[in-house]
Amino acid sequence: MSASLPAPAPARAHSTLFREAREAEWMRLDALLQRIEKRSIRSLSDEELMALPVLYRAALSSLSIARETALDAALVAFLEQLSTRAYFHVYGVPETGRAQLRRFFAAGWPRAVRAIVPETLGALVLSVMGAILGFAMVTGDPAWFYALIPEGLAGGRNPGASAEVLRAALYTRQQDGLSVFAAYLLTHNSQVALFCFALGFAFGAPTALLLLYNGMILGAFYAVYAKAGLAFELTGWLMIHGTTELFAILLAGAAGFRIGRAIAFPGGMRRMDAAVVAGRTAGPVMGGVVIMLIVAGALEGIGRQLVTADGARYAIAAGMLLLWTGYFYLWRRGDAERR
Amino acid sequence: MSLTRPHRHRSRTRDFVTPEGVNLRLRLAGGSERAIAFAIDAAIIVVALITLTILASAVLSGGGGEAAAIIWLIGFFLLRNFWFIGFESGQRGATPGKRLMKLRVVARDGARLTGGAVVVRNAMREIEVFLPLQFLAVEAATSDLDALIGLLGLAWSGLFLFFPLLNRDRMRIGDLLAGTWVVHVPEARLLPDLAATQDAGPRRHFDERALRLYGIYELQTLEKVLRQGREDSISRVAATIRAKAEIPDDGEDDAAFLNDYYAALVAYLESELVMGRPTDTKHGRRTT
Repeated sequence: MSASLPAPAPARAHSTLFREAREAEWMRLDALLQRIEKRSIRSLSDEELMALPVLYRAALSSLSIARETALDAALVAFLEQLSTRAYFHVYGVPETGRAQLRRFFAAGWPRAVRAIVPETLGALVLSVMGAILGFAMVTGDPAWFYALIPEGLAGGRNPGASAEVLRAALYTRQQDGLSVFAAYLLTHNSQVALFCFALGFAFGAPTALLLLYNGMILGAFYAVYAKAGLAFELTGWLMIHGTTELFAILLAGAAGFRIGRAIAFPGGMRRMDAAVVAGRTAGPVMGGVVIMLIVAGALEGIGRQLVTADGARYAIAAGMLLLWTGYFYLWRRGDAERR
Repeated sequence: MSLTRPHRHRSRTRDFVTPEGVNLRLRLAGGSERAIAFAIDAAIIVVALITLTILASAVLSGGGGEAAAIIWLIGFFLLRNFWFIGFESGQRGATPGKRLMKLRVVARDGARLTGGAVVVRNAMREIEVFLPLQFLAVEAATSDLDALIGLLGLAWSGLFLFFPLLNRDRMRIGDLLAGTWVVHVPEARLLPDLAATQDAGPRRHFDERALRLYGIYELQTLEKVLRQGREDSISRVAATIRAKAEIPDDGEDDAAFLNDYYAALVAYLESELVMGRPTDTKHGRRTT
């Protein structure tokens, strides 16, 4: 029968020999990767850093050979995951935070904002239309105010309030610096900005409605304050952070429109590719929007509490507006650099 | 050489060719893995906020209620946005929840993951998760017409939430726009070589007739059986092989027998493979 005699020199499998020859370098790569994953890439010495791509290519070559010649499934699976993990550390890792930030501020952000000028103008028109509409509606019939503005957002400032109450809302200094009401306004408006962007995905229609509605809220407040003769004062209260915050909302809406447009009308590209290209423009814009919202939050929470003179408020508002428009549309140093 | 996968597109494995020209065959993360990862992150965020609230009310005896409200308003907003953006733009490309589930955010084209892409994919979370939540809140809080609107909104925003289940690549809307997807990169250990010579003694010898019974598919199934080490399947497989190869059962250990057979079969099939005569299954070379 076939199975009894022990062979003089058992034939050794190719995968066994292959494994013996290469195992040491796989293990070295595995150890390096584990250290990077547990701690960070900075935990590697210069020498190990130089070895990483070499070991990665060796692992890839092992993988190619193993796939063709080795039948040990566990070996192939190990090499696949080892190469994949190494790949992401060699190629897939983002640049260092500082380099990325520098490029973002020097070129990426203003360039992305300039790329969506038509959408920004569209968002501006919608907001202004909404503001006019809201103003007209509440001036015509103050009852509209309650329909337009949620209770939490009004904070006691409604058509029935006396001029003193309205004035107090503009100038009273909160003891804590940041009241619950201010916190609510801040998160509400930041969320409006994010929604404006994200809802652009639904072909931009919800974004348009949201911008219109946001404008109407603004118009409704103006109607209430204008009736009390406080429109000028309201502008100072609103715009000290509003030039930054409303600008951020407009840009977020514009980025949303860009995405909605790319999905609705992809042109010559596949719909999905068009969406990715639009997303690539929207990325820096939204990164910037987040920064602008933080600045707006600081102006609202701190600046508005400290600065109560109308003139100073107007000066800050105009200064911020000039800063943003100048930075986005006039400062073109970044264009000279390579992409 | 692994077997060809006829349903490559239906499965979660995706071709991904490195600049060196090697296909890494990435495995995409499944819907449930991602849901669990998100649940872990959400739990951490909520626990952090609760801790912060307790701390704040301990420090500010008095204005605790107001401080708590501010913490939840601003803290929740900041955390839910920056938690994901911060971790995913780091070196690991994963939040703690994703790391636990061995997931990683990757650019679909294999390029570097940019900060912009991370911001986009996470800004979209607002409509994927928090919009449905808000409609749910409307639904719970009010009645009549508002409830109806809430219900419609919930259905509409639910589309965004379940978008990953509606496409083959399990992409969120955020992934789609940012050009990313989430892959599963497990940390596999190199399992011991079953075919390596053991110190226990010389291996059995099998003649060629016994080795020609099976192909690569059966070999890799045998490898799985051996690695799992379940006694009932080992003895069943050993009995089948003995019967087919007409080897008498001389009362030896089934696992040792299978191990020897495996080692001999690997050596035989691999030498055939290198000579250009691969045997895919027991029926011989598969015609493709």
